[in-house]
Amino acid sequence: MSAPAASPPAPAIDPDQIRSVIATDCGSTTTKAILIEKNAKGEYRLTTRGEAPTTVEAPVEDVTRGVINAIREIQELRGRQFLADDGAGQHPYRGEDGEASLILKPQRGDVGTDMYISTSSAGGGLQMMVAGVVRKMTAESAARAALGAGAIVMDSIATNDRRLPHEKIERIRQLRPDMILLAGGTDGGTKKHVIVLAELLRAAQPRPRLGTAYNLPVIFAGNREVRSEIERLLGEKVSLQFVENLRPVLELENLGPARDAIHELFMEHVMAQAPGYGKLMTWTDVPIMPTPGAMGLIIKALAERDRVNVVGVDIGGATTDVFSVFDGIFNRTVSANLGMSYSVSNVLAEAGIASIQRWVPFDLDEADLRDRIGNKMIRPTTIPQTLDELKIEQAIAREALRLSFVQHKQFAVKLTGGQQERTIADAFTQDINQSLVDMMKLDLLVGSGGVLSHAPRRTQSMMMMIDAFAVEGVTELAVDSIFMMPHLGVLSTVHPAAATEVFEKDCLVRLGTCVAPVGGNGKAGATLCTIELRLPGGATKTEVLKVGDLRLLEIGDGEAAEAVVTPVRGVDVGGGPGERITRTLRGGVCGLVFDGRGRRPMLLPTDRGARVAAATRWSQALNLYP
Amino acid sequence: MGDAYTPGLTVTRATTVRKTRRLPLPGKVLVGVGTRVAAQDVVARTELPGKVTLLNLANALGVLPDEITPTLKVKAGDPIRAKQVIAGTSSFLNKIPGLRQLGVGRTDVLSPIDGTFESVSELTGMAVLREPPAPVEVRAYVDGTVVEVIPDEGVIVESGAALVQGIFGLAGEVTAPIAVVARGPDQVLDASDIQPAHAGKVIIGGARCTLAAMRRAMELKVAGIVCGGFAYHDVRELLGYDVGVAITGSEALPTTLVVTEGFGDIAMAGATYELLTSLDGQRASINGATQIRAGVIRPEVVVPHEQTSADAAVAAGQGLELGAPVRCIRAPYFGRIGTVSALPVELITMPSETKVRVLEVDFGGEKAVIPRANVEVIEQ
Repeated sequence: MSAPAASPPAPAIDPDQIRSVIATDCGSTTTKAILIEKNAKGEYRLTTRGEAPTTVEAPVEDVTRGVINAIREIQELRGRQFLADDGAGQHPYRGEDGEASLILKPQRGDVGTDMYISTSSAGGGLQMMVAGVVRKMTAESAARAALGAGAIVMDSIATNDRRLPHEKIERIRQLRPDMILLAGGTDGGTKKHVIVLAELLRAAQPRPRLGTAYNLPVIFAGNREVRSEIERLLGEKVSLQFVENLRPVLELENLGPARDAIHELFMEHVMAQAPGYGKLMTWTDVPIMPTPGAMGLIIKALAERDRVNVVGVDIGGATTDVFSVFDGIFNRTVSANLGMSYSVSNVLAEAGIASIQRWVPFDLDEADLRDRIGNKMIRPTTIPQTLDELKIEQAIAREALRLSFVQHKQFAVKLTGGQQERTIADAFTQDINQSLVDMMKLDLLVGSGGVLSHAPRRTQSMMMMIDAFAVEGVTELAVDSIFMMPHLGVLSTVHPAAATEVFEKDCLVRLGTCVAPVGGNGKAGATLCTIELRLPGGATKTEVLKVGDLRLLEIGDGEAAEAVVTPVRGVDVGGGPGERITRTLRGGVCGLVFDGRGRRPMLLPTDRGARVAAATRWSQALNLYP
Repeated sequence: MGDAYTPGLTVTRATTVRKTRRLPLPGKVLVGVGTRVAAQDVVARTELPGKVTLLNLANALGVLPDEITPTLKVKAGDPIRAKQVIAGTSSFLNKIPGLRQLGVGRTDVLSPIDGTFESVSELTGMAVLREPPAPVEVRAYVDGTVVEVIPDEGVIVESGAALVQGIFGLAGEVTAPIAVVARGPDQVLDASDIQPAHAGKVIIGGARCTLAAMRRAMELKVAGIVCGGFAYHDVRELLGYDVGVAITGSEALPTTLVVTEGFGDIAMAGATYELLTSLDGQRASINGATQIRAGVIRPEVVVPHEQTSADAAVAAGQGLELGAPVRCIRAPYFGRIGTVSALPVELITMPSETKVRVLEVDFGGEKAVIPRANVEVIEQ
């Protein structure tokens, strides 16, 4: 993986001198720490992982306590000292404000670490509101800039968003975002509509989410010719910053300057207001990045390096982030209220009870399920002790992932991503039907986040992703071994070689490949395709996949099978309806999954008894549960 | 590693409660350090900017935006009344006597609101009218003493008090006397238990509060209900929508709800019930506001008294240790209360095959091994 171009400027760090790195991610629930060390062979490898509850909230209200607790766990497990408070000598490091860091740097002998870096999504992450003139043009570009920077977009205001002016004003007043990105107009284009937006903002007098003692940061990235008017209208009301127009001409998006300004303000204004971050910022060797921003760097770099289409997902306690790179175009969305703990009740509200029940391989009382989900919401750090609890949690995860991906497909449309030049005609014909996400073209699906990274069996992770994303044709799947992609994302900005090495050897767990035909008459037992396989070692095997089948063939990590897949008429496995394909199917810790359950939509029984029987049969076929 | 457990909810007879009472916008603080305040006293006041109405004067008058200034009958900053003419034009017809009296040839724009004429844009033709500011007052919420003034923002009120933190609640702050209704911590609170005499009281239930009981309480204007459990499905029935993310407190219910244990059929913890019953008749300040993320807010029952306590910082300090009372917060032992009888160091594989750090809980003779993440210490 090469060093991504985006984001914080790399400080003067000599990569050759780095023997160890501690990286933390301060999530909304848990602070995760990893230790990377250079071994005798000169390789960078993950050696230890620790975690502790995040301590942004009361009663502690200091994020560094959780960081210290997580690093202390590493210290105990590794048997090495990294923290100054355990009594072994003076530590030499002081932050810029003169406050001593508790993390010992640089490494001396066996004590301390050479580098400390961190990402954060605690305290609700970065919450933004964006505004642009036309909903599907500048407002959408502004949303993409905010999302690309790692923000949650709370609302997108546009001249043509069908709300009356007073409704927009009321909405802006209620929201209390961390910052606002105001766009609108090409350079030399409309002035009036941009000024109307500024007038709405001025009338609303928006206040920032954290604290009352400072003005809300507003970034203006619209028509450069109205800057003086914007300054006159908003200059005294908000903390205003001008950057280059994010849509200087209609057929060009220029998201970089706005995104950089967001990162800068995130550090200066938002993070500085959150409990303990002022201190933490002086401890890190590079600026703290929003977690999704760091994860996006890794996904982009992976797609660029292997020249593949990739979808990545990070399912957290509060939010689920989806990243995609199709034909080189990067998109990120965040589903702010779909997650496995704080937001778990919202998954139930949005998906409905029946959608969750269809993935549960046993009968379940509805009121009981609702109470269990409600209790998970109010006690977000609990974990499934019984097998039934685990199955329920994984059923909910499927729906959280599915809904997040639906939102992503609607957002990742043409005229998207970085600096993409297109014709005027393209710019006017965009709509949600032109999603860039084409499941038949997807090469690799990568999952991250607790429920995927920490599933007791990897086949459970693989099936959660196959079910939720309804992968089509031939798709390889992988998971983040222990949730460390954000850590490596920020590391890649200062030490790409170490980030790449650890990513390949310790982070990415290749699960295997799924073959899922699309089309056919859907009749139970009807043949979908024949798969002729040359297995590792040279043996051959032929699989006939029928409607309703779900099978696993174990092909190990680092191994592959050569396959000729011949679909019946009307069925597509990636080459077009009825077209034969020849592919190398990469194995993994699970192997090859042949999925004949149909697509668009997946054919799941609706009758209660049949549903439970099918779910049970499929989970047995993949040996999902004990 | 010893930190891998959920901090518990405080249930204590005597602690020092500090309440930050802050305005949403800078304003005036009305009390000083050392002032004794009662729950109902206003401690800070400000004005929220009034609602905005936008009027497109250019469209209404049929003129270009840059022609709008001469038509104005008011200046920026002028107070205005509803139906007052704020802009107008007249044609030659209006110059003819007789027609002028009839209003012919004249177009006027009337203000739809009382308030202020804030501004008009010559680029868009849009006028901004603002309603009068809305006064906002912050009350002390608990009887106590002001120990700190946050300039222009509010105060911190301190009070010696009994404190019960709940896990989930609905609706906001209210102060009223306690009336114990349930005869035990496991008694379900039903509609028939709630009587007209409970109007204006904070009633103490035992186990689950039924939907019918909650509705009856709202009908009778009961100030608040404190109970062990509530069905998650009933929250939707009550509010008309699902609480998808646990951020509550602004619900417009006449009765505040504080749930101490969780969703479902679950008895109130014995110690909580005993404490609340011992406070029968005393004035309680309760709040249903709950926020599980981004700044945890717990629903609570605060009963101020003169007695102060040395264990003020109890909530943050205690950890898991042998003999500590714990509440199980997830199936299969959800809601049960016991004491820690062992704290093994090694990771243990659960029936779900999850490998976790565990503890052994003694439920009065019966022992169970439970993930540490699935208990919370009962802070006393």
